[in-house]
Amino acid sequence: MADQETIIIGGGHNGLICAIVLARAGQRVTVLEAGSNLGGMAAEREFHPGFRSALAQTLYAMPHSLIRELDLTAHGLDLANEPLPIKPLSIAGTPQSITASSLAGAEDDDTAAYPKYVAMLAKFAAALAPFWERTMPRVGATGMSDLMTFGKLGLKLRLLGKQDMLEFFRVATLPMRDLLDEYFSDDQLKAALCWDALVGSQLAPRSPNQAVLTLLNRMAGKDAGQHVVPKGGMPGLVRALENAAVKAGVTIRTDCTVASVRIEGDENGQRCIGVELQSGELLLSDRVVSSADPQTTFLNLVGARHLEIEFTNRIRRLRNKGYVARVHLALSGLPAFKGLDSPEGRLIIAPTMDSIEFAWDAAKYGELPEAPVMEVLIPSLQEPNLAPQGQHVLAANVMYVPHDLKSGWAPEHRAALLNTVLSELTRYAPGIQDLVLGSELLTPQDLAAQYRTTNGHWHHCEPAIDQLLMMRPTYEAGQYATPISGLYLCGAGCHPAGDVSGNPGRNAAREILA
Amino acid sequence: MTNRTDILRNDITDPFAGERLKVSYFHDREKVLNLRDAWSSWNGFKFADYYYDVDYEYFCIRNTCGTYDICPMQKYLVEGEDALPMLNRMVTRDLNKLRDNRVTYVAWCTDSGRLIDDGTVFRLGDNRYLLTCGSPCLAWLRKSAFGFANVEVTDATEDWAALSLQGPTSFAVLQRMGLDGVAALKPFDIGHFPFLGGTLMVSRTGFTGDLGYELWIDPELALQFWDALYAAGADFGIQPYGESATNMARLEAGFIMPYMEFNEALKTVNFEYDQTPFELDLGWLVDFKKPHFNGRAALLEQKRNGPKVLLTKLNIEGNKPAEESILYSDENCSCEIGYVTSAMWSPAVKANIALAMIDTAALKGEIWAEIYYQRELRHHHKVARCTIQSKPFWSPDRARLTPPGLV
Repeated sequence: MADQETIIIGGGHNGLICAIVLARAGQRVTVLEAGSNLGGMAAEREFHPGFRSALAQTLYAMPHSLIRELDLTAHGLDLANEPLPIKPLSIAGTPQSITASSLAGAEDDDTAAYPKYVAMLAKFAAALAPFWERTMPRVGATGMSDLMTFGKLGLKLRLLGKQDMLEFFRVATLPMRDLLDEYFSDDQLKAALCWDALVGSQLAPRSPNQAVLTLLNRMAGKDAGQHVVPKGGMPGLVRALENAAVKAGVTIRTDCTVASVRIEGDENGQRCIGVELQSGELLLSDRVVSSADPQTTFLNLVGARHLEIEFTNRIRRLRNKGYVARVHLALSGLPAFKGLDSPEGRLIIAPTMDSIEFAWDAAKYGELPEAPVMEVLIPSLQEPNLAPQGQHVLAANVMYVPHDLKSGWAPEHRAALLNTVLSELTRYAPGIQDLVLGSELLTPQDLAAQYRTTNGHWHHCEPAIDQLLMMRPTYEAGQYATPISGLYLCGAGCHPAGDVSGNPGRNAAREILA
Repeated sequence: MTNRTDILRNDITDPFAGERLKVSYFHDREKVLNLRDAWSSWNGFKFADYYYDVDYEYFCIRNTCGTYDICPMQKYLVEGEDALPMLNRMVTRDLNKLRDNRVTYVAWCTDSGRLIDDGTVFRLGDNRYLLTCGSPCLAWLRKSAFGFANVEVTDATEDWAALSLQGPTSFAVLQRMGLDGVAALKPFDIGHFPFLGGTLMVSRTGFTGDLGYELWIDPELALQFWDALYAAGADFGIQPYGESATNMARLEAGFIMPYMEFNEALKTVNFEYDQTPFELDLGWLVDFKKPHFNGRAALLEQKRNGPKVLLTKLNIEGNKPAEESILYSDENCSCEIGYVTSAMWSPAVKANIALAMIDTAALKGEIWAEIYYQRELRHHHKVARCTIQSKPFWSPDRARLTPPGLV
């Protein structure tokens, strides 16, 4: 296995992490990044002269073990910043602030319920944590390692104790609305608490399926799901990964777009022999690992003709439409939000769970929400160099904005959405419109083009029961290996899913080395 | 043809209009000859089970000739620059070897190597293929075509009127019709002949294991073609035959029949109650020299391990057809090893024959069939010894001879 040539498609965090682990095991690894910068969705770009931002701005789901294993701290990752509290915005009410250990500004009964709610989730998150960091077993496989994983999962859950295990099975696929109604009464608090279970997905508070599991996945990392802005912003993480990769001997090429994965075939079947670049250059390797999304990898880079028909159909049918838009504002000064001393933290504009549901209702029929719900961050508070001295960057994740807008994304519809977002922000931060020096709207279609991700889904494909665990992205490709010999996946479309956790990249590398 | 039904053709007040069976382009002639009104259906078409007498029709196939209406057979045109790679990925055989105006027998499988259906591919020209099969297959073809930029799949079932002309005098009939050059057609060749200003396509193919042709004509010319064919065949014993006689002839030839020898994999409910080509003794259709085709990995694994069951041709002592018999490894019927899929007394080979699915491990030992039969309403059963036959039960030299004999 050592001294083999591996090509990794995509220099996002998963591609880099996979590269580091493989290179440290002695493989010769080349990372090919189509863009000019490494980091994928965590790469920073200038959206207005002097103002920069990345799509991913915070770190929350990355496990301790990965940060340690890759010595990321030694390579420059600094996570000294305090985790960001969640602050539901309110025009008239008492300001609330939510951290992993505290809830301020709520009624007494909700305040009393909060530790119980967090403890329940923390227990389940801890039980599941090891599984995000492992290859999922193959259904029907009888190999030792597959059986061990099944066994461990069963044991972990059983060790919760009978009552908790049964409770886990009860709540695991509950809609967030039902779960939160059990614990809390304050509408605004409930809306803020369901945000992290929903953001980036095709789920709303009333949707059953995956919301609780997403929350538990996100809670499994460092800081129990709280968001931290690394020193230097997400580029701080990307630089640490790049340093670690270079140190491990990884060759990195940017501005290097892969046009196709080369498949060779003879009477012994097919195997992947390398990649062809857009420039026409052919790079041969023993193995290709793709961090691109599954549709890009299989349908565009490999091609259906090299795949099985039912498998192709499953890849084609993957649910991967993005529903989050990003709005960036370049601000001449710090806006003042009603009721807040400081806009530090993750500011949630979603007065009730119904307001989230209504936004989703519009989006699922291809329409723009009348009142979009959003999460607002001013990353320049932590990282002043994102904007000129004294000025600020505001980044809003706006839900739900359909990739396939029924009317199409004509300029007037883009302008309308941006206007709606601005007027919504103005309700909570009067005067903010006077601070706006520049703005940018990235619809899911823009994200798809910007980050070369089919349909602009944060997680490459919807993290949901039908596309989860050994079913992610679909069976026959759920263990990082693919039906094509020598071709592997290592991106967000693999188990356990997206977010900057690094688990898909590390799991894939381990699977390749196993 | 969609709007053609047997009755009430123009009667929009028919309350069952959408439910009526469609009729073939040849129906106006066939209904006159269907003395017994023995109709069943195939793919939504009214279709003769037999016309007059099953045995008579069977003997026509073997001794003179008969026509079998293949209008209801599914026909798909696959066209475009990607037609070959698309089809070649779908079927297990290597179609790169197929030349213009040639036909080949193919099978196609699911990802896990289970047989979806079998059929024939006609190479009509560069980038133009015709796929025929027994059951509708458009959904699978569309799935198979996804990802190929330059391929178009069209359901052409109703674009041709087609008859299968089978039997030892079939060549003589076509010769009498004046089809110059039909003598040169080798098995699986395609020829084109002028007919009343149109073109008659003739392929030397069929489903009886005997000398025979399939005849493809513009639907507009269907009835005139029928009349010309039957006029030419009058001295050669031509007779329409139906599903029952076909089933006898194909069994003698050792050909498989859906819902007899195999379940179509996409319609099977129980796990692995469908079959693989290897289990159906069609391993010769699977070309592993091709780097990729659907089901390749699964089929390779089965080839390496050997199929657990194998479709086997049996000669059975006595003359009682072993229909639906269970097979045993001993005369006491204590150990089950398989079951009969099709069975008959074969008049042509004078033998009691059957196709049977048998545990591969049991093929080296004795095989006994427990046969239930009736004599004037009294039920009897017997246990009969079976012997394996490797060659098709019926495979006359005339089926392969070119030019064919005039009988």
